[in-house]
Amino acid sequence: MAEPLLAIKNLKTYFISKDAEVRAVDGIDIEVQPRQVVCIVGESGCGKSMTSLSIMRLVPKPKGKIVDGEIWFNGRDLLKLSEDEMTDVRGNEISMIFQEPMTALNPVLTIGEQITEVLLRHRKLTKRQALAKAIEMLQFVGVPRASEIVHEYPHQLSGGMRQRVMIAMAMVCEPKLLIADEPTTALDVTIQAQVLELMKKMREDFDTSIILITHDLGVVADMADHVVVMYAGQVVESTDADSLFAEPTHPYTKGLLASIPSLEEEKDVLYSIPGTVPDAAAFPQGCRFADRCPIAQPSCREKMPELREVKPGHFVRCDLV
Amino acid sequence: MSENLLEVRNLKKYFPITAGLLRRTVGHVKAVDDVSFTVKAGETLGIVGESGCGKSTTGRMIMRVLEPTSGQIVFDGQDITKLHGKELRAVRPKFQMVFQDPYASLNPKMGIEEIIAEPLIVNGVSRKQATERVVHLLERVGLRAEDRHRYPHEFSGGQRQRIGIARALALNPKLIVADEAVSALDVSIQSQILNLMMDLKKEFNLSYIFISHNLAVVRHISDRVGVMYLGHMVELADKRSLYANPRHPYTEALLSAAPEPKRQGRRERIILQGDVPSPANPPKGCPFHTRCPKVMDVCKVERPALKEVAPNHLVACHLYS
Repeated sequence: MAEPLLAIKNLKTYFISKDAEVRAVDGIDIEVQPRQVVCIVGESGCGKSMTSLSIMRLVPKPKGKIVDGEIWFNGRDLLKLSEDEMTDVRGNEISMIFQEPMTALNPVLTIGEQITEVLLRHRKLTKRQALAKAIEMLQFVGVPRASEIVHEYPHQLSGGMRQRVMIAMAMVCEPKLLIADEPTTALDVTIQAQVLELMKKMREDFDTSIILITHDLGVVADMADHVVVMYAGQVVESTDADSLFAEPTHPYTKGLLASIPSLEEEKDVLYSIPGTVPDAAAFPQGCRFADRCPIAQPSCREKMPELREVKPGHFVRCDLV
Repeated sequence: MSENLLEVRNLKKYFPITAGLLRRTVGHVKAVDDVSFTVKAGETLGIVGESGCGKSTTGRMIMRVLEPTSGQIVFDGQDITKLHGKELRAVRPKFQMVFQDPYASLNPKMGIEEIIAEPLIVNGVSRKQATERVVHLLERVGLRAEDRHRYPHEFSGGQRQRIGIARALALNPKLIVADEAVSALDVSIQSQILNLMMDLKKEFNLSYIFISHNLAVVRHISDRVGVMYLGHMVELADKRSLYANPRHPYTEALLSAAPEPKRQGRRERIILQGDVPSPANPPKGCPFHTRCPKVMDVCKVERPALKEVAPNHLVACHLYS
């Protein structure tokens, strides 16, 4: 396999305060190949968003801290870059879009000002050239009346349009990696469908790799080449998308898939995973899923299982499968 | 017709748009525009639709927390549309609501016992009896009797939703309107709450109006499903008929846009163009004609009526006239 575009190695991001150490991301390894869509899936608090903020080195300070690991991007360890060097990477080589475009866009700047800001920072362009480029990009992502909208403010747009503007802003420097954190969660399904199509088009036209963070396994099935399932700060399953849906192997992945009601088939009773996620400030010693797992053995609570390869390219953190 | 627990007839809610110093009314947002349906005793009616389609407004009018502009709500044989004061308080216990946000719908300063007992005390139940009832309800929704001494912040989202359900059940209602009751929850918790609601329905002989944007969830819990678009009910049918054989082009598009968590045999997706029009300025004729892939000339001038096109399958579309 070719050299990965991004390789996260043993990343640990903790939140440290006087009386607690919250291990939000606790030793994860993820690789993203060029042009690949990697979905990171998991429930609230599993560490998926903190993983993406760690890649961007935007972990909330001062409590949040990357305590260990390496993030190799294009031959460089992002964690070793100076703040200035990192600023050159953000928005240029790696971009990010967020769940709630209304909070991610600046309400007092016009759409045009916000998109050209990225270009003026990273490209040697005049204001006029930058504005022309911004309009071109807006047209490309399907924003109607682009030459007027650059002079409008975020509140004048609908949710779907704002998300298109976010994507235009993220893609305007043609980054090699786009990180999308729950990009369609706040959108209606018909608008979600439009935005997912747009993201596929971005990958096709710009050869961009995408890390898509979501809790929605339907979106994963639609978009992913490779899937990473996270639970309690760890990767519990990692494999190509076809195998994940054909042969989900970790009991947590299986439970998640069985918990979702289907559009196409009748299920009398939904499977439900008992209990709740363990407290990230006090993880148990052994497997973190053991208390909710239908096949747990006493040994699961003693020793943390390793992420091991059960089939070529299919990694699972469970000793019983 | 006595088997109908609830009959909603030609319900409308127009919110005035005011402008200028004198707050003159310059137009109306037609949030709900002539909606009729029934709910039988023991039945679950699902209402699906995207943001702004009027599904929540409909639910809130039925709960009598929002005054309808016109139309009639008949509950258990009694016209409750015009009831006020004492008369309204007398029927209120029979219909209760469960809300979306379990964080916002519980008073953080009240203990759990107070929260669940409040409706009982208001309705003249003694303290001692109220406590007994609270203990019973907590155990019934999967919490512990001791939990009544704790406060909302000590519970997870799923547990709070259980508390909200216990509160709704306190007065032995006949109808519960659940507005996006599982939308804020993670999937593993969502399935716990759905299963709980289905168990409680049998045990307490409840009827539900289950309002959600999630088509798969609505399919799972409902007996019949209504699809709303821009203040109108565009399709209303038994769930099997609706999901297997959607007739309205909007329902078809909505079903095709919702991503199903599987890789093989995915449906062809119909991508609707554009956004939902503003309900302040809805299109003439069929409300969906601006985005409909099957639009005809008649759709632009004449609004189609909701008509039965197959047994128990109602559609408002000119394709079927």
